[in-house]
Amino acid sequence: MQSSVSIRDVSLNFGNVQVLRNLNLEVGQGEFIVLLGPSGCGKSTLLNCIAGLLDVSGGQIFIGGKNVTWAEPKDRGIGMVFQSYALYPQMTVEKNLSFGLRVAGMAKEEVNARVKRAAEILQLEPFLQRKPANLSGGQRQRVAIGRALVRDVDVFLFDEPLSNLDAKLRSDLRVEIKRLHQRLKNTMIYVTHDQIEALTLADRIAIMKNGEIQQLSDPHTIYNNPVNLYVAGFIGSPSMNFLQGTLSGTSFTAEDGTVIPVGNYKFTAPSSGQIKAVLGVRPEHIVLGEDAQRMPFSTEVEIEIVEPMGSDTLAWTKIAGHSVTFRADSDVVLTVGQKLFVGFDPARGSLFNAETTNRV
Amino acid sequence: MTDIGRSGAVSRPVEADKPPGLLYNIFVRNITAKIAASPMVAIVLIVFIGCTLWSVWFSFTDSRSLPNGDFVGWAQYERLFSARRWKISATNLLTYGIFSLVFTMVVGFLLAVLMDQKLRFEDGFRTIFLYPFALSGIVTGLVWQWIMNPTLGLQSTIRGLGWTSFTFDWITNTDMVLYALLIAGTWHGTGFVMVLMLAGLRSIDGEIWKAARVDGIPTWRTYLQIVLPMMRGVIVTTLVIVGSGIVRTYDLVVALTNGGPGLSSEVPAKYVINYMFTAGNLGQALAASTVMLLAVFVILIPWMIIEFGPKKAH
Amino acid sequence: MANVSAVGEPSGPRPSKGFNPKRIIIYGIIIVAAMYYLLPLYVMITTSLKGLPEIRLGNIFAPPLEIITIEPWVKAWTSACTGLTCNGLAPGFWNSVKITVPSTIISVLVAAVSGYALVNWRFKGSEFFFTCLLLGSFIPYQVMLYPMVMITAQLKIFGTLWAVILVHTVFGMPILVLLFRNYFASLPQELFKAARVDGAGFWRIFFQIMVPMSLPIFAVAIILQVTGIWNDFLFGVVFAGTQNYPMTVQLNNIVNSTQGVREYNVNMAATILTAAVPLIVYFVSGKWFVRGIAAGAVKG
Repeated sequence: MQSSVSIRDVSLNFGNVQVLRNLNLEVGQGEFIVLLGPSGCGKSTLLNCIAGLLDVSGGQIFIGGKNVTWAEPKDRGIGMVFQSYALYPQMTVEKNLSFGLRVAGMAKEEVNARVKRAAEILQLEPFLQRKPANLSGGQRQRVAIGRALVRDVDVFLFDEPLSNLDAKLRSDLRVEIKRLHQRLKNTMIYVTHDQIEALTLADRIAIMKNGEIQQLSDPHTIYNNPVNLYVAGFIGSPSMNFLQGTLSGTSFTAEDGTVIPVGNYKFTAPSSGQIKAVLGVRPEHIVLGEDAQRMPFSTEVEIEIVEPMGSDTLAWTKIAGHSVTFRADSDVVLTVGQKLFVGFDPARGSLFNAETTNRV
Repeated sequence: MTDIGRSGAVSRPVEADKPPGLLYNIFVRNITAKIAASPMVAIVLIVFIGCTLWSVWFSFTDSRSLPNGDFVGWAQYERLFSARRWKISATNLLTYGIFSLVFTMVVGFLLAVLMDQKLRFEDGFRTIFLYPFALSGIVTGLVWQWIMNPTLGLQSTIRGLGWTSFTFDWITNTDMVLYALLIAGTWHGTGFVMVLMLAGLRSIDGEIWKAARVDGIPTWRTYLQIVLPMMRGVIVTTLVIVGSGIVRTYDLVVALTNGGPGLSSEVPAKYVINYMFTAGNLGQALAASTVMLLAVFVILIPWMIIEFGPKKAH
Repeated sequence: MANVSAVGEPSGPRPSKGFNPKRIIIYGIIIVAAMYYLLPLYVMITTSLKGLPEIRLGNIFAPPLEIITIEPWVKAWTSACTGLTCNGLAPGFWNSVKITVPSTIISVLVAAVSGYALVNWRFKGSEFFFTCLLLGSFIPYQVMLYPMVMITAQLKIFGTLWAVILVHTVFGMPILVLLFRNYFASLPQELFKAARVDGAGFWRIFFQIMVPMSLPIFAVAIILQVTGIWNDFLFGVVFAGTQNYPMTVQLNNIVNSTQGVREYNVNMAATILTAAVPLIVYFVSGKWFVRGIAAGAVKG
């Protein structure tokens, strides 16, 4: 796959604070990359560096094969969409879309053609003569996308574009962005702290922490094979259950002595000796009743809290001395104090070295 | 102090259930708050409304040094608008006002833009630009009186350096004295405008700047075509404050020129004070002050439209 | 690997063009502007330190070369003539103190309580009165001046310090109430509601919850009032009476009195002395002062 955006050894310091540390990232042509992480992890900073709005302290940035490390944002072949939309409030939608092009001295017919096309793609035609104040949040964000669209660039940068919208609109616009990507086939780099957005939109997700990329993979791998405890804990809601214990060979012994056989787990490397380890199990991988008995590990537990979520039900209990949540079908009747068998297949779980926090 | 407002709502639910009567509503509900706000209410009713109406009313009398004259209709106004001194005062204020308004606003905005360029020593420069605003009109007037005094200040200094034909005598020149006033007034007021404009600039969403940079819009165009229109609220507020300050211009003139040379730098505020306390023609003074009041309201209209006018949707 | 790439390949931060003409122009303009603003202060200070002969011979922009003397300052303070008396500025200074201190305290307290009542204990018409107050702040003082003279005369305080104090309190009201109202409105309303549910009354909430949280705005209000009242000329000259003229009035009388030789050094020393209090307040409070005028105007 040809590289569209290439970030090589980029670092950024604000005084003594290292915001980005020797970061490398290759984004393929037409790929949808999501930078995901909590606030302060450097994801927006990285996006601003790619856009040229921030100067890097070291390293290089290539866009479309060109070294743009020192280039002005307008010369990088990018379009950018901001969280606050950043529309020019005194201009109509049409002027918002065309202002940059007209300033650049583009011929009138060309400007009109591009605005027309963008308005058509984003269904903005009825609003062209309105001002941003008279648009809804979703419409404003579409204008902001349109402003990137008219620039006719290869790379789109999104900086938390849906964070200012309410939940319903957010999921609507998410689908629209996905549709837009499928239609335009541009490279898109998208920053968010919302894991649902990341999982639904991304071809690949880069999970960031402290200015470093922890894992860069497709959503399925990120979810099912997190490379370390941080990624495992960050992705998934409700989050993964963690059991502390020791791992020796193919058996995991929890702190309270419960033994969980992990013989069919796919180790990244042959295990050696005895190590302190953490076993992670996703709530939906825990099964109940008769199904539980067929699992490599099962045990009888008492239900402590029940949270009906509509589509399914979340229950809290204790396994091997640790508080654990599991997901049950909403038809299953669970009551507090009820005793039942639960079980899981450690092969679907994740094992981490407790000291290095890396997957084993 | 017992607090009926609170106890009515919280600790005496039984009584609160009774429908309160009209008298209760006017006098008893939130009684403490009403007592606390009574000085403000009194000031509004007695001073801002009462005194203003009184002045307007007595501007239609022929009161001399005491307010007991007979009703004479528009006579004071007719006399006012035919008085040479008033004509000069009003024209002066108009000329000075327009120049001063444009000048302080433009210079204040430009300074704010310059200050917005991530300067070193920004605090230091701001302190320098703003300190004149902390000084009184009297002090400002006196200082500039000396600097612009032909035999003491700039003119004599430059002549002393060898340029003997150099002339800077605005302060004693009937035609130029208003511009001398302008120099002093600008010095006093631009820092204030700059601070307000800078606060306005800083309140603009940083992402707007980023978007403009990605769009490739040059900095000066971003300021002029995007940021400036976004600051409309701040600009109107500043215009109103500066404008109403200009109408009141008094101390500065008293200290700088005392209206001279001749009548060439007289202003309406001085006209009022003069007729009120020196010339002993109260009716005339009040007519002049009423005209000043109207002038202020003309300035206030654009602000009121923005503040209290119909708000746009969203 | 990036650092090994070909010579001239852009890498790392943009090279700063050490000699950036744009920056130099910006600094040039701003420094010239700063000089224009500093010039009067410079002239006043240097001239006040010169002897009279040096002023007559040299120019007022030259630094004091011959002798630096504080004699003009002493004279300005103790024995400069106003045309009637020759007691210097000292009496005016103390008059200004006697006017400024009570006026500031009274007006700030009244305004704080009013602003608090306006925000948290709304009553019928409270918004109406506030709007009137705001509009009232734009009425030229000349309009209300004579009626105020009559009111103070009725109260038998005309020509005394109390008249000036009353007038300052009244005309300081709009900006101060606006300041406090905006500030109290920006505090979380839950706090007030919680205190009410806990059974605290009007004054208890004000003194034990609102005031401790509002010290910054009190500072801003005090700064505004102290500088504003100290700088006043009009009210002082009209209401105080000859014995009680504040410093600004006395200064103007000293400088513009036409008797004798013009002692520019004394006059300028007197001017600095008059400007000293607001200048010190301004330089010491710096950001608070800026915050005050920005908050009072931008939000209004």
